[in-house]
Amino acid sequence: MKLAYWMYAGPAHIGTLRVASSFKNVHAIMHAPLGDDYMNVMRSMLERERDFTAATASIVDRHVLARGSQKRVVDNILRKDQEERPDLIILTPTCTSSILQEDLQNFVERASLISNSSVIFADVDHYQVNENQAADRTLEQVVRYYLDRSHTQEALDQFVTSVPSVNIIGIFTLGFHNQHDCRELRRLLRDLDIEINQIIPEGGAVEDLKDLPKAWLNLIPYREVGLMTAMYLNKEYAMPYISTTPMGAVDIAECIRQIHKKIDTLASGSSNKRVDCEPFIDAQTRFVSQAAWFSRSIDCQNLTGKKTVVFGDATHAASITKILAREMGIHVSCAGTFCKHDAEWFKEQIQGFCDEILITDDHAEVGDMIARVEPSAIFGTQMERHIGKRLDIPCGVISAPVHIQNFTLGYRPFLGYEGTNQIADLVYNSFALGMEEHLLDIFGGHDTKEIMDKSLSTNIGLIWNPESRLELSKIPRFVREKVEKNTEKFARQKGIKTITVEVMYAAKEAFGS
Amino acid sequence: MSVKIDETLTVECETGNYHTFCPISCVSWLYQKIEDSFFLVVGTKTCGYFLQNALGVMIFAEPRYAMAELEEGDISAQLNDYEGLKRLCIRIRRDRDPSVIIWIGTCTTEIIKMDLEGMAPKLEWEIGIPILVARANGLDYAFTQGEDTVLAAMAHRCPEPLRERKEMKQKVLAFPSREKDELHEYANHPSLVLFGSLPSNVVSQLNLELRRQSIKVSGWLPAQRYTDLPPLGDGVYVCGVNPFLSRTATTLIRREKCELIGAPFPIGPDGTRAWIEKICSVFGVEARGLEEREEQIWESLKDYLDLVRGKSVFFMGDNLLEVSLARFLIRCGMIVHEIGIPYMDKRYQAAELALLRDTCTRMCAPIPRIVEKPDNSNQIRRLRELRPDLAITGMAHANPLEARGISTKWSVEFTFAQIHGSANARDLLELVTRPLRRQRNLEHFGQNTLVRKNNNC
Repeated sequence: MKLAYWMYAGPAHIGTLRVASSFKNVHAIMHAPLGDDYMNVMRSMLERERDFTAATASIVDRHVLARGSQKRVVDNILRKDQEERPDLIILTPTCTSSILQEDLQNFVERASLISNSSVIFADVDHYQVNENQAADRTLEQVVRYYLDRSHTQEALDQFVTSVPSVNIIGIFTLGFHNQHDCRELRRLLRDLDIEINQIIPEGGAVEDLKDLPKAWLNLIPYREVGLMTAMYLNKEYAMPYISTTPMGAVDIAECIRQIHKKIDTLASGSSNKRVDCEPFIDAQTRFVSQAAWFSRSIDCQNLTGKKTVVFGDATHAASITKILAREMGIHVSCAGTFCKHDAEWFKEQIQGFCDEILITDDHAEVGDMIARVEPSAIFGTQMERHIGKRLDIPCGVISAPVHIQNFTLGYRPFLGYEGTNQIADLVYNSFALGMEEHLLDIFGGHDTKEIMDKSLSTNIGLIWNPESRLELSKIPRFVREKVEKNTEKFARQKGIKTITVEVMYAAKEAFGS
Repeated sequence: MSVKIDETLTVECETGNYHTFCPISCVSWLYQKIEDSFFLVVGTKTCGYFLQNALGVMIFAEPRYAMAELEEGDISAQLNDYEGLKRLCIRIRRDRDPSVIIWIGTCTTEIIKMDLEGMAPKLEWEIGIPILVARANGLDYAFTQGEDTVLAAMAHRCPEPLRERKEMKQKVLAFPSREKDELHEYANHPSLVLFGSLPSNVVSQLNLELRRQSIKVSGWLPAQRYTDLPPLGDGVYVCGVNPFLSRTATTLIRREKCELIGAPFPIGPDGTRAWIEKICSVFGVEARGLEEREEQIWESLKDYLDLVRGKSVFFMGDNLLEVSLARFLIRCGMIVHEIGIPYMDKRYQAAELALLRDTCTRMCAPIPRIVEKPDNSNQIRRLRELRPDLAITGMAHANPLEARGISTKWSVEFTFAQIHGSANARDLLELVTRPLRRQRNLEHFGQNTLVRKNNNC
């Protein structure tokens, strides 16, 4: 048992649901008590999704505790099958169902005999894995299921495409800037004359998964989700994969070179002669991306030696640390991640780019570290943003968990060459705001609200009695002034000298607000 | 399955596959209401993640609640629950020094049968802070019913009413002028305690409404501080202000021997008037000026009423305020197609249901269908057929419905906004009309349906 106020990664079923609801025409049924279906709310709110989220609950209530839920689960699966005709139904366990220890696998087998849709049981353990790990595992499970099925039906077409092509694996719903990153990756690959075979899970159709092996190789942009699938495809279908995140000019170049090298090896027998990628990388780095120039500009000189702290998921924290240190010359005092299961990889990545490394999923520990280091800017999650607010340190958000403001309508990729521009803006704006704030502090600020207030106040001759004064203090601060003014106006109109609680509410009714 | 309440109102029951908030969400408003409390939710990551997402920004403001997150060892009983909870509660005492710790039991503690009620008194004695237990879990309850479980637990801790007249007299001597005023101001009636958690401004407003009728409110359950819980017992009259407090009502009657005043709830000017009238009639006080006051309020709402008149509403149901809200909206001239509701206590809500029926008759409106434990997929099908002007629904369905050209109002806002009493009727209509006003403002923008054809299922 541990005391917890906040967590960086959600419970396992959220990961499974995110993968399921990213595919087209896949329905997830949660075996869960009332109220556990708030993933729908997150998706509908944060992503402003226009469609109903294809995730519903098979409710566990008192009856289920007494008699078991088998009939109900099977009925709910068959009902969804009838109503929505999905290609696939994924039965998702929650923490509640994993302690009930019902044989959900068995229900799935029974339901799949009757249902038109395929039915699988998400193989995730609530007490072992978190949201990201569960998403990774579920994606692999779905891919494996469809490839195995095609294999037994001998419908599998393993011939690769005639022109070089890749699968992008790991773009999905509620991912940090995933939609924009996906568009940016498409553009990058198009510029390199590489076709995209499939993008999964976002927008993918499960019936098409059998064609995954047609691609020449797999690209895994994020460390957290997709690696298991890539390893599986590598083992079973000998598909190579690239897992270098194309974030920041140096790593983008590295990623492109790796892709080229793999394609050259695979194409060695054919007549497809690849052009050299170095001129492309050079032109993009120096002129399409503004980031390299920006690092050399006078603006960026001012950032030299400024202390920063980076915290986030493994992918983003590692990449941003490297960008700050290597591409912008900014001092990273501490870099950390909450992906404890991937700590080794993380440490290896940022070796030499920062003074210290913090691996924890306790936000209090991160807060203490920030307070101790006193950086000029923080790059972290929403939690670090709030820590920064409390300590008066600006923060740029670079990783999930995030709020609705990180699901921007405008184009804001973190990957690719446009991503380097976005990141440069983010970094620079965080510091600039910080510096402006310091200047304001030194010169006493330009906020004259205090004085303005006094001259506007006309409460001469009006007395607030102690009760009404107390009542007024209970009103939320942002409307208090308005209430005060309206009440006084009302009192003056009515010729009332002493303001009581009654006068306050009579005024409220009179002004109708 | 349907049950007749009287000759005209029937309650249907569907499958219970609907979306609502988990009842543990009640900590979000109760910790703010009860200033010296600390809420400890004993559950898993799932509960924690829900609170963290549902409460949004609040979570960063050093809230007085936390999760006692159960790990695998706790589930398999390898660790000692009592020692675990003791360790956490001692830490909470050290860091926050609350006057009461409230344990919120969850689905997990139910399933592993963790004996919270058994452990609480022992630990309370050991660490010297009152510990209450409320089983606000998703196996049994929906959303606002969480508050009901907490208040029911709290009712047991209210002190006995003062019997010694002597003490009262001493007080009179100490502040002679003031006490005389008070005696003069109020009618002679038994002590009245109101139950239901409301923001302190709304508490003052309702107290004031009753004071106008010379009725004195002796206390509220809950009070602003745990240490100020009102005396309860034989001869104390109680009245609810919210429709989801049936367990609390039952506890007050059965365990605390209080007299329950069954009234409609003070939501909307009509509800507020009926609520005051009922209390007055129980105490034999003649209500004064209520009719004029109600008229005045309706008059001041005219601009909003013009906007809603004749428009239709569909309540999908998730917070148990639905019957009262529907009754108010029908009185405003709206047509209600369906009242979805998670749970219907026909005894506790009897007066409210009667007022609903009377309002329908008065307004010549059809009696809406009441659906308990609704089924969201069936409801969405009905919504597509009826195409109401407004659907009051949870956030899971709001954006998808808007994209299909159906205006929605997020139901949770009704639980967080100030909607009680005559003075707040305008705020209530402000909420209801907001989607309609937006619709009007965007009229010339076109584009009402924003899904692709093949998605418009």
